[in-house]
Amino acid sequence: MTVSRGRRFGTRYGYLTRMEGLMTKLRLLVGTHKGAFVLTSDERRKDWQVEGPHFAGWDVYHVNGSPADPNRLFASTSRGWFGQVIQRSDDGGKTWNPVGNEFHYEGATTTHKWYDNSDHPYEFLRVWHLEPSLTDPDTVYAGVEDAALFKSTNGGTSWEELSSLRTHKTAPTWAPGAGGLCLHTIILDPTNQDRIITAISAAGTFRSDDRGNTWKAINHGLRSSHIPDPDAEVGHCVHHIAMHPSRPNTLFMQKHWDVMRSDDAGDSWHEVSGNLPTDFGFAIDVHAHEPETIYVVPITSDSDHFVMEGKLRVYRSRNGGNEWEALTKGLPQKDCYVNVLRDAMAVDSAESCGLYFGTTGGQVYASTDSGDSWAAIARDLPAVLSVQVQTLA
Amino acid sequence: MIRVELPANLRTLAGVGREVQLQVDGPVTQRSVIDALEAQYPQLRGTVRDARTKKRRAMLRFFACEEDLSDEPLDAPLPEPVASGKEPYLIVGAIAGG
Repeated sequence: MTVSRGRRFGTRYGYLTRMEGLMTKLRLLVGTHKGAFVLTSDERRKDWQVEGPHFAGWDVYHVNGSPADPNRLFASTSRGWFGQVIQRSDDGGKTWNPVGNEFHYEGATTTHKWYDNSDHPYEFLRVWHLEPSLTDPDTVYAGVEDAALFKSTNGGTSWEELSSLRTHKTAPTWAPGAGGLCLHTIILDPTNQDRIITAISAAGTFRSDDRGNTWKAINHGLRSSHIPDPDAEVGHCVHHIAMHPSRPNTLFMQKHWDVMRSDDAGDSWHEVSGNLPTDFGFAIDVHAHEPETIYVVPITSDSDHFVMEGKLRVYRSRNGGNEWEALTKGLPQKDCYVNVLRDAMAVDSAESCGLYFGTTGGQVYASTDSGDSWAAIARDLPAVLSVQVQTLA
Repeated sequence: MIRVELPANLRTLAGVGREVQLQVDGPVTQRSVIDALEAQYPQLRGTVRDARTKKRRAMLRFFACEEDLSDEPLDAPLPEPVASGKEPYLIVGAIAGG
Protein backbone atom coordinates (compact mmCIF):
# COMPACT_ATOMS: atom_id res chain seq x y z
CA MET A 1 0.00 0.00 0.00
CA THR A 2 1.25 3.47 -0.84
CA VAL A 3 0.72 6.33 1.52
CA SER A 4 -0.22 9.57 -0.20
CA ARG A 5 2.91 11.61 -0.43
CA GLY A 6 3.51 13.45 2.77
CA ARG A 7 -0.15 14.08 3.40
CA ARG A 8 -2.15 12.82 6.30
CA PHE A 9 -5.00 10.63 5.28
CA GLY A 10 -7.21 8.12 6.90
CA THR A 11 -10.58 8.26 8.53
CA ARG A 12 -12.01 11.52 9.75
CA TYR A 13 -9.18 13.85 8.91
CA GLY A 14 -8.12 12.55 5.57
CA TYR A 15 -7.79 14.56 2.43
CA LEU A 16 -7.06 12.72 -0.71
CA THR A 17 -7.02 15.01 -3.68
CA ARG A 18 -6.24 13.92 -7.18
CA MET A 19 -3.21 11.66 -7.19
CA GLU A 20 -2.08 10.92 -10.67
CA GLY A 21 -1.22 7.33 -11.25
CA LEU A 22 -2.26 6.11 -7.84
CA MET A 23 -5.18 3.78 -7.37
CA THR A 24 -7.46 4.89 -4.57
CA LYS A 25 -8.97 2.25 -2.36
CA LEU A 26 -11.70 2.62 0.17
CA ARG A 27 -11.94 0.57 3.32
CA LEU A 28 -15.07 0.67 5.41
CA LEU A 29 -14.88 -0.48 9.03
CA VAL A 30 -18.28 -1.58 10.27
CA GLY A 31 -18.98 -2.48 13.88
CA THR A 32 -22.19 -4.37 14.55
CA HIS A 33 -24.11 -5.96 17.35
CA LYS A 34 -22.64 -9.36 16.41
CA GLY A 35 -19.20 -8.76 14.99
CA ALA A 36 -17.18 -6.49 12.71
CA PHE A 37 -17.04 -6.33 8.95
CA VAL A 38 -14.46 -4.82 6.63
CA LEU A 39 -15.75 -3.65 3.26
CA THR A 40 -13.35 -2.67 0.49
CA SER A 41 -13.73 -1.09 -2.91
CA ASP A 42 -11.72 0.65 -5.56
CA GLU A 43 -12.08 4.37 -6.19
CA ARG A 44 -15.34 3.90 -8.08
CA ARG A 45 -17.01 2.72 -4.88
CA LYS A 46 -19.54 0.63 -6.75
CA ASP A 47 -18.48 -2.92 -5.99
CA TRP A 48 -17.72 -3.73 -2.38
CA GLN A 49 -16.11 -6.85 -1.00
CA VAL A 50 -17.43 -7.81 2.43
CA GLU A 51 -15.09 -9.58 4.85
CA GLY A 52 -16.30 -10.85 8.19
CA PRO A 53 -17.69 -11.31 10.64
CA HIS A 54 -14.64 -10.71 12.75
CA PHE A 55 -15.26 -11.37 16.46
CA ALA A 56 -18.52 -13.16 15.66
CA GLY A 57 -21.02 -12.87 18.46
CA TRP A 58 -19.35 -9.89 20.13
CA ASP A 59 -20.74 -6.37 20.28
CA VAL A 60 -18.37 -4.23 18.29
CA TYR A 61 -19.04 -0.67 19.35
CA HIS A 62 -16.30 0.84 17.26
CA VAL A 63 -13.54 0.05 14.77
CA ASN A 64 -11.15 2.79 13.79
CA GLY A 65 -7.89 3.11 11.88
CA SER A 66 -4.75 5.07 12.59
CA PRO A 67 -4.29 8.07 10.29
CA ALA A 68 -0.54 7.63 10.81
CA ASP A 69 -0.58 3.98 9.75
CA PRO A 70 -3.84 3.03 8.06
CA ASN A 71 -3.14 -0.69 8.33
CA ARG A 72 -3.25 -0.39 12.09
CA LEU A 73 -6.83 -0.81 13.22
CA PHE A 74 -8.34 -0.92 16.67
CA ALA A 75 -11.64 -2.57 17.55
CA SER A 76 -13.68 -2.37 20.72
CA THR A 77 -15.43 -5.67 21.32
CA SER A 78 -17.48 -6.50 24.39
CA ARG A 79 -20.02 -8.94 25.73
CA GLY A 80 -22.07 -8.79 28.88
CA TRP A 81 -20.74 -12.21 29.79
CA PHE A 82 -17.06 -11.64 29.16
CA GLY A 83 -16.41 -7.91 29.47
CA GLN A 84 -14.22 -5.75 27.26
CA VAL A 85 -11.63 -6.94 24.76
CA ILE A 86 -9.64 -4.55 22.58
CA GLN A 87 -8.45 -6.08 19.33
CA ARG A 88 -5.74 -4.73 17.07
CA SER A 89 -4.91 -5.43 13.47
CA ASP A 90 -1.63 -4.47 11.85
CA ASP A 91 -2.58 -5.61 8.37
CA GLY A 92 -5.68 -3.63 7.56
CA GLY A 93 -8.13 -6.00 9.20
CA LYS A 94 -7.02 -9.31 7.73
CA THR A 95 -5.84 -10.62 11.10
CA TRP A 96 -6.51 -9.45 14.62
CA ASN A 97 -5.00 -9.97 18.04
CA PRO A 98 -6.33 -9.08 21.48
CA VAL A 99 -4.32 -6.39 23.22
CA GLY A 100 -4.87 -4.77 26.60
CA ASN A 101 -8.27 -4.96 28.21
CA GLU A 102 -7.52 -3.51 31.63
CA PHE A 103 -9.24 -0.18 32.13
CA HIS A 104 -8.79 0.86 35.73
CA TYR A 105 -9.99 4.19 37.00
CA GLU A 106 -7.18 6.09 38.65
CA GLY A 107 -7.32 6.73 42.37
CA ALA A 108 -10.20 6.31 44.74
CA THR A 109 -13.59 5.29 43.40
CA THR A 110 -15.74 8.32 42.65
CA THR A 111 -19.48 8.50 42.13
CA HIS A 112 -21.93 9.88 39.62
CA LYS A 113 -25.68 10.20 39.83
CA TRP A 114 -27.81 7.17 39.09
CA TYR A 115 -31.21 7.27 37.43
CA ASP A 116 -32.90 7.70 40.83
CA ASN A 117 -30.53 10.56 41.72
CA SER A 118 -28.60 8.43 44.21
CA ASP A 119 -24.82 8.44 44.17
CA HIS A 120 -23.52 5.53 42.14
CA PRO A 121 -19.91 4.33 42.15
CA TYR A 122 -18.06 4.42 38.87
CA GLU A 123 -17.86 1.03 37.23
CA PHE A 124 -16.14 0.28 33.94
CA LEU A 125 -18.46 -1.38 31.45
CA ARG A 126 -17.13 -0.98 27.91
CA VAL A 127 -15.29 1.13 25.38
CA TRP A 128 -17.62 3.11 23.15
CA HIS A 129 -15.16 4.94 20.94
CA LEU A 130 -11.53 4.59 19.89
CA GLU A 131 -9.71 7.60 18.47
CA PRO A 132 -6.20 6.94 17.20
CA SER A 133 -3.63 9.72 17.32
CA LEU A 134 -3.28 11.74 14.14
CA THR A 135 0.49 11.30 14.12
CA ASP A 136 1.54 8.29 16.22
CA PRO A 137 0.25 4.82 15.36
CA ASP A 138 0.98 3.60 18.89
CA THR A 139 -1.19 6.22 20.56
CA VAL A 140 -4.93 5.80 20.81
CA TYR A 141 -7.63 7.26 23.04
CA ALA A 142 -10.63 5.33 24.36
CA GLY A 143 -13.91 6.79 25.52
CA VAL A 144 -15.56 4.46 27.98
CA GLU A 145 -18.67 3.79 30.05
CA ASP A 146 -18.87 4.83 32.90
CA ALA A 147 -17.63 8.02 31.37
CA ALA A 148 -13.88 8.48 31.33
CA LEU A 149 -11.06 8.97 28.87
CA PHE A 150 -8.19 6.52 28.60
CA LYS A 151 -5.02 6.67 26.55
CA SER A 152 -2.60 4.05 25.32
CA THR A 153 0.84 4.90 23.99
CA ASN A 154 1.84 1.33 23.17
CA GLY A 155 -0.67 0.26 20.58
CA GLY A 156 -3.38 -0.65 23.04
CA THR A 157 -1.26 -2.96 25.15
CA SER A 158 -1.93 -0.94 28.30
CA TRP A 159 -4.25 1.92 29.15
CA GLU A 160 -3.99 4.88 31.48
CA GLU A 161 -6.84 7.10 32.49
CA LEU A 162 -6.68 10.85 31.90
CA SER A 163 -8.48 11.14 35.19
CA SER A 164 -8.94 14.88 35.45
CA LEU A 165 -12.00 14.60 33.23
CA ARG A 166 -13.75 12.07 35.49
CA THR A 167 -12.78 14.13 38.51
CA HIS A 168 -14.01 17.38 36.99
CA LYS A 169 -15.82 19.45 39.60
CA THR A 170 -19.16 18.71 37.95
CA ALA A 171 -18.62 14.96 37.58
CA PRO A 172 -20.47 13.90 40.75
CA THR A 173 -23.62 15.39 39.19
CA TRP A 174 -23.33 13.59 35.86
CA ALA A 175 -26.11 11.12 35.18
CA PRO A 176 -26.42 8.46 32.51
CA GLY A 177 -28.59 8.75 29.46
CA ALA A 178 -30.70 5.81 28.37
CA GLY A 179 -27.61 4.22 26.82
CA GLY A 180 -25.50 4.63 29.92
CA LEU A 181 -22.98 7.22 31.12
CA CYS A 182 -20.75 6.94 28.11
CA LEU A 183 -17.94 9.01 26.66
CA HIS A 184 -18.69 8.54 22.99
CA THR A 185 -17.00 11.35 21.10
CA ILE A 186 -13.30 12.21 20.99
CA ILE A 187 -12.05 14.92 18.64
CA LEU A 188 -8.35 15.64 18.25
CA ASP A 189 -7.61 19.07 16.83
CA PRO A 190 -5.34 18.62 13.79
CA THR A 191 -3.96 22.15 14.18
CA ASN A 192 -3.40 22.09 17.91
CA GLN A 193 -2.11 18.91 19.48
CA ASP A 194 -2.88 20.23 22.95
CA ARG A 195 -6.62 20.33 22.28
CA ILE A 196 -9.01 17.43 22.84
CA ILE A 197 -12.79 17.67 22.75
CA THR A 198 -14.98 14.96 24.27
CA ALA A 199 -18.70 14.44 24.68
CA ILE A 200 -20.54 12.45 27.31
CA SER A 201 -24.15 11.33 27.52
CA ALA A 202 -25.77 12.84 29.46
CA ALA A 203 -23.22 15.25 30.88
CA GLY A 204 -22.25 17.37 27.89
CA THR A 205 -19.14 18.52 26.08
CA PHE A 206 -15.72 19.08 27.59
CA ARG A 207 -12.54 20.57 26.15
CA SER A 208 -8.94 20.28 27.20
CA ASP A 209 -6.33 22.71 25.91
CA ASP A 210 -3.45 20.98 27.66
CA ARG A 211 -3.55 17.41 26.34
CA GLY A 212 -6.07 16.21 28.85
CA ASN A 213 -4.57 17.56 32.03
CA THR A 214 -7.45 19.93 32.73
CA TRP A 215 -10.95 20.18 31.29
CA LYS A 216 -13.54 22.86 30.77
CA ALA A 217 -17.27 22.21 30.34
CA ILE A 218 -18.26 23.84 27.04
CA ASN A 219 -22.04 23.71 26.99
CA HIS A 220 -23.04 27.37 27.00
CA GLY A 221 -26.04 27.84 24.76
CA LEU A 222 -27.33 24.30 24.97
CA ARG A 223 -30.94 24.07 26.07
CA SER A 224 -32.40 20.82 27.36
CA SER A 225 -36.04 20.59 28.33
CA HIS A 226 -35.33 18.08 31.07
CA ILE A 227 -33.05 20.58 32.86
CA PRO A 228 -34.91 23.35 34.69
CA ASP A 229 -31.87 25.64 34.76
CA PRO A 230 -31.48 27.16 31.27
CA ASP A 231 -27.84 27.92 32.00
CA ALA A 232 -26.94 24.50 33.39
CA GLU A 233 -23.23 23.90 32.98
CA VAL A 234 -23.69 20.14 32.54
CA GLY A 235 -26.47 17.59 32.21
CA HIS A 236 -26.93 17.87 28.46
CA CYS A 237 -27.42 14.75 26.40
CA VAL A 238 -24.98 15.37 23.59
CA HIS A 239 -25.25 12.60 21.02
CA HIS A 240 -22.39 13.37 18.67
CA ILE A 241 -20.06 16.13 17.49
CA ALA A 242 -18.34 16.59 14.14
CA MET A 243 -15.59 18.91 13.01
CA HIS A 244 -13.99 19.72 9.67
CA PRO A 245 -10.20 19.55 10.00
CA SER A 246 -9.71 22.84 8.16
CA ARG A 247 -11.92 24.68 10.66
CA PRO A 248 -11.25 23.18 14.05
CA ASN A 249 -13.04 25.99 15.87
CA THR A 250 -16.31 25.15 14.15
CA LEU A 251 -18.16 22.25 15.72
CA PHE A 252 -21.48 20.72 14.78
CA MET A 253 -23.48 18.86 17.38
CA GLN A 254 -26.43 16.50 17.23
CA LYS A 255 -27.90 16.79 20.67
CA HIS A 256 -30.68 14.59 22.03
CA TRP A 257 -32.99 17.20 20.55
CA ASP A 258 -31.49 20.11 18.57
CA VAL A 259 -28.73 20.41 16.02
CA MET A 260 -26.21 22.93 17.31
CA ARG A 261 -23.21 24.84 16.03
CA SER A 262 -20.24 26.51 17.66
CA ASP A 263 -17.70 28.76 15.97
CA ASP A 264 -15.49 29.24 18.99
CA ALA A 265 -14.39 25.68 19.74
CA GLY A 266 -17.41 25.06 21.93
CA ASP A 267 -17.31 28.15 24.11
CA SER A 268 -20.80 29.00 22.88
CA TRP A 269 -23.42 27.16 20.87
CA HIS A 270 -26.44 28.18 18.83
CA GLU A 271 -29.15 26.09 17.29
CA VAL A 272 -29.16 25.38 13.55
CA SER A 273 -32.04 22.89 13.40
CA GLY A 274 -33.92 25.24 11.04
CA ASN A 275 -36.40 23.42 8.85
CA LEU A 276 -35.56 19.86 9.87
CA PRO A 277 -38.71 17.77 10.27
CA THR A 278 -37.42 16.66 13.67
CA ASP A 279 -34.17 17.63 15.29
CA PHE A 280 -33.79 14.48 17.34
CA GLY A 281 -31.07 12.18 16.07
CA PHE A 282 -27.71 10.64 16.68
CA ALA A 283 -25.36 10.92 13.69
CA ILE A 284 -23.86 14.10 12.28
CA ASP A 285 -20.95 14.62 9.92
CA VAL A 286 -19.24 17.20 7.71
CA HIS A 287 -18.44 16.99 4.00
CA ALA A 288 -14.77 16.24 3.36
CA HIS A 289 -14.16 19.28 1.16
CA GLU A 290 -16.97 21.68 2.03
CA PRO A 291 -16.73 22.72 5.69
CA GLU A 292 -20.20 24.29 5.62
CA THR A 293 -21.90 21.19 4.24
CA ILE A 294 -23.23 19.00 7.02
CA TYR A 295 -25.39 15.92 7.28
CA VAL A 296 -27.81 14.51 9.83
CA VAL A 297 -30.33 11.68 9.88
CA PRO A 298 -33.42 12.91 11.74
CA ILE A 299 -35.04 10.35 14.02
CA THR A 300 -38.67 10.61 15.06
CA SER A 301 -38.22 11.20 18.78
CA ASP A 302 -36.58 10.00 21.95
CA SER A 303 -39.38 7.49 22.40
CA ASP A 304 -39.53 6.40 18.76
CA HIS A 305 -35.99 5.59 17.75
CA PHE A 306 -36.68 5.19 14.05
CA VAL A 307 -36.87 7.48 11.04
CA MET A 308 -40.04 9.50 10.46
CA GLU A 309 -42.96 8.32 8.37
CA GLY A 310 -41.22 5.13 7.32
CA LYS A 311 -38.82 7.12 5.15
CA LEU A 312 -35.05 6.93 5.44
CA ARG A 313 -33.84 10.44 4.71
CA VAL A 314 -30.46 12.05 5.14
CA TYR A 315 -30.69 15.82 5.50
CA ARG A 316 -27.98 18.07 4.12
CA SER A 317 -27.29 21.70 4.79
CA ARG A 318 -24.89 23.44 2.45
CA ASN A 319 -24.66 26.59 4.53
CA GLY A 320 -23.75 25.28 7.95
CA GLY A 321 -27.24 24.60 9.21
CA ASN A 322 -30.74 26.05 9.39
CA GLU A 323 -31.52 25.37 5.72
CA TRP A 324 -31.82 21.65 5.13
CA GLU A 325 -32.75 19.50 2.16
CA ALA A 326 -33.86 15.89 2.24
CA LEU A 327 -31.70 13.40 0.36
CA THR A 328 -33.79 10.40 -0.60
CA LYS A 329 -32.63 9.04 -3.95
CA GLY A 330 -31.82 5.37 -3.48
CA LEU A 331 -33.02 5.24 0.12
CA PRO A 332 -36.22 3.41 1.14
CA GLN A 333 -39.16 5.79 1.30
CA LYS A 334 -41.76 3.35 2.54
CA ASP A 335 -42.08 1.04 5.54
CA CYS A 336 -38.60 1.74 6.85
CA TYR A 337 -38.18 1.94 10.63
CA VAL A 338 -34.48 1.88 11.34
CA ASN A 339 -32.21 4.05 13.43
CA VAL A 340 -28.76 5.39 12.58
CA LEU A 341 -26.56 5.48 15.67
CA ARG A 342 -24.08 8.18 16.65
CA ASP A 343 -20.91 6.63 15.29
CA ALA A 344 -22.55 5.05 12.26
CA MET A 345 -21.93 7.79 9.69
CA ALA A 346 -18.66 8.61 7.95
CA VAL A 347 -17.28 10.58 5.02
CA ASP A 348 -14.40 9.61 2.78
CA SER A 349 -11.93 12.05 1.32
CA ALA A 350 -12.03 11.03 -2.30
CA GLU A 351 -12.27 13.81 -4.86
CA SER A 352 -16.01 13.32 -5.09
CA CYS A 353 -16.88 13.04 -1.42
CA GLY A 354 -18.40 9.75 -0.40
CA LEU A 355 -20.77 9.30 2.52
CA TYR A 356 -21.63 6.14 4.37
CA PHE A 357 -24.00 5.18 7.11
CA GLY A 358 -25.19 1.99 8.72
CA THR A 359 -28.58 1.25 10.21
CA THR A 360 -29.95 -0.78 13.06
CA GLY A 361 -31.57 -2.90 10.35
CA GLY A 362 -28.16 -4.05 9.15
CA GLN A 363 -27.93 -2.04 5.96
CA VAL A 364 -24.91 0.02 4.97
CA TYR A 365 -25.64 2.78 2.46
CA ALA A 366 -23.09 4.66 0.40
CA SER A 367 -23.18 7.80 -1.68
CA THR A 368 -20.41 8.78 -4.09
CA ASP A 369 -21.85 12.19 -4.92
CA SER A 370 -22.02 14.06 -1.64
CA GLY A 371 -25.36 12.52 -0.74
CA ASP A 372 -27.31 13.22 -3.92
CA SER A 373 -27.89 9.51 -4.47
CA TRP A 374 -27.42 6.39 -2.41
CA ALA A 375 -27.04 2.65 -2.81
CA ALA A 376 -27.01 -0.17 -0.28
CA ILE A 377 -23.59 -1.80 -0.27
CA ALA A 378 -24.54 -4.33 2.43
CA ARG A 379 -28.09 -5.22 3.33
CA ASP A 380 -28.33 -7.93 5.91
CA LEU A 381 -25.67 -7.40 8.52
CA PRO A 382 -26.45 -7.41 12.24
CA ALA A 383 -27.51 -4.05 13.66
CA VAL A 384 -24.81 -1.54 12.77
CA LEU A 385 -23.22 0.28 15.69
CA SER A 386 -20.44 2.17 13.92
CA VAL A 387 -19.03 3.00 10.52
CA GLN A 388 -15.62 4.47 9.74
CA VAL A 389 -14.05 4.85 6.32
CA GLN A 390 -10.43 4.96 5.28
CA THR A 391 -9.37 6.49 1.99
CA LEU A 392 -6.22 4.67 0.95
CA ALA A 393 -3.85 5.01 -1.94
CA MET B 1 -3.79 -32.66 32.64
CA ILE B 2 -6.80 -30.65 33.68
CA ARG B 3 -9.56 -30.40 31.10
CA VAL B 4 -11.50 -27.13 30.83
CA GLU B 5 -14.49 -26.48 28.60
CA LEU B 6 -14.98 -22.93 27.40
CA PRO B 7 -18.06 -21.10 26.14
CA ALA B 8 -18.17 -20.41 22.43
CA ASN B 9 -17.12 -16.75 22.49
CA LEU B 10 -14.05 -17.55 24.54
CA ARG B 11 -13.09 -20.42 22.25
CA THR B 12 -13.11 -17.93 19.38
CA LEU B 13 -11.08 -15.45 21.37
CA ALA B 14 -8.49 -18.01 22.40
CA GLY B 15 -8.45 -19.73 19.04
CA VAL B 16 -9.15 -23.14 20.52
CA GLY B 17 -11.76 -25.86 20.36
CA ARG B 18 -14.39 -26.73 22.90
CA GLU B 19 -11.92 -28.05 25.44
CA VAL B 20 -8.41 -27.09 26.48
CA GLN B 21 -5.96 -29.05 28.58
CA LEU B 22 -3.90 -27.38 31.25
CA GLN B 23 -0.94 -28.31 33.37
CA VAL B 24 -1.65 -27.32 36.98
CA ASP B 25 1.16 -27.57 39.49
CA GLY B 26 0.15 -28.01 43.11
CA PRO B 27 -3.37 -28.24 44.47
CA VAL B 28 -6.09 -28.32 41.83
CA THR B 29 -8.52 -25.60 42.82
CA GLN B 30 -10.71 -23.21 40.88
CA ARG B 31 -8.14 -20.49 41.43
CA SER B 32 -5.20 -22.56 40.25
CA VAL B 33 -7.09 -23.80 37.20
CA ILE B 34 -8.10 -20.29 36.14
CA ASP B 35 -4.57 -19.07 36.85
CA ALA B 36 -3.27 -21.76 34.52
CA LEU B 37 -5.91 -20.95 31.91
CA GLU B 38 -4.93 -17.29 31.87
CA ALA B 39 -1.23 -18.15 31.79
CA GLN B 40 -1.65 -20.42 28.79
CA TYR B 41 -4.14 -18.13 27.03
CA PRO B 42 -3.37 -14.55 28.11
CA GLN B 43 -6.01 -13.23 25.73
CA LEU B 44 -8.59 -14.61 28.17
CA ARG B 45 -7.36 -12.44 31.04
CA GLY B 46 -10.25 -10.39 32.31
CA THR B 47 -12.91 -12.34 30.47
CA VAL B 48 -13.58 -15.06 33.05
CA ARG B 49 -12.88 -12.99 36.13
CA ASP B 50 -12.05 -9.37 36.76
CA ALA B 51 -8.35 -8.81 36.12
CA ARG B 52 -7.85 -6.81 39.28
CA THR B 53 -10.38 -8.08 41.84
CA LYS B 54 -10.33 -11.67 40.53
CA LYS B 55 -14.07 -11.85 41.07
CA ARG B 56 -15.99 -14.15 38.76
CA ARG B 57 -17.85 -12.33 36.04
CA ALA B 58 -21.46 -12.21 37.11
CA MET B 59 -22.88 -13.92 34.04
CA LEU B 60 -20.46 -16.82 34.05
CA ARG B 61 -20.78 -19.94 36.16
CA PHE B 62 -18.42 -22.79 36.98
CA PHE B 63 -19.49 -26.43 37.04
CA ALA B 64 -17.86 -29.82 37.51
CA CYS B 65 -19.21 -33.32 38.07
CA GLU B 66 -22.79 -32.02 37.82
CA GLU B 67 -22.20 -29.59 40.67
CA ASP B 68 -22.42 -25.81 40.53
CA LEU B 69 -19.16 -24.58 42.02
CA SER B 70 -19.67 -20.93 41.15
CA ASP B 71 -19.97 -19.73 44.70
CA GLU B 72 -17.64 -22.26 46.32
CA PRO B 73 -14.36 -21.05 47.84
CA LEU B 74 -11.81 -20.55 45.08
CA ASP B 75 -9.11 -22.35 47.02
CA ALA B 76 -11.17 -25.45 47.82
CA PRO B 77 -9.92 -28.60 46.08
CA LEU B 78 -11.81 -29.52 42.94
CA PRO B 79 -13.42 -32.99 42.78
CA GLU B 80 -10.98 -35.82 42.17
CA PRO B 81 -12.35 -36.63 38.68
CA VAL B 82 -11.44 -33.08 37.62
CA ALA B 83 -8.03 -33.23 39.25
CA SER B 84 -7.30 -36.54 37.54
CA GLY B 85 -8.58 -35.38 34.15
CA LYS B 86 -11.51 -37.78 33.99
CA GLU B 87 -14.05 -34.97 34.02
CA PRO B 88 -13.80 -31.43 32.65
CA TYR B 89 -14.16 -28.22 34.58
CA LEU B 90 -16.90 -26.26 32.84
CA ILE B 91 -16.99 -22.48 32.36
CA VAL B 92 -20.51 -21.72 31.26
CA GLY B 93 -22.16 -18.52 30.13
CA ALA B 94 -25.50 -17.88 31.79
CA ILE B 95 -28.27 -18.64 29.34
CA ALA B 96 -30.49 -15.77 28.25
CA GLY B 97 -33.79 -17.41 27.55
CA GLY B 98 -36.83 -16.09 25.85
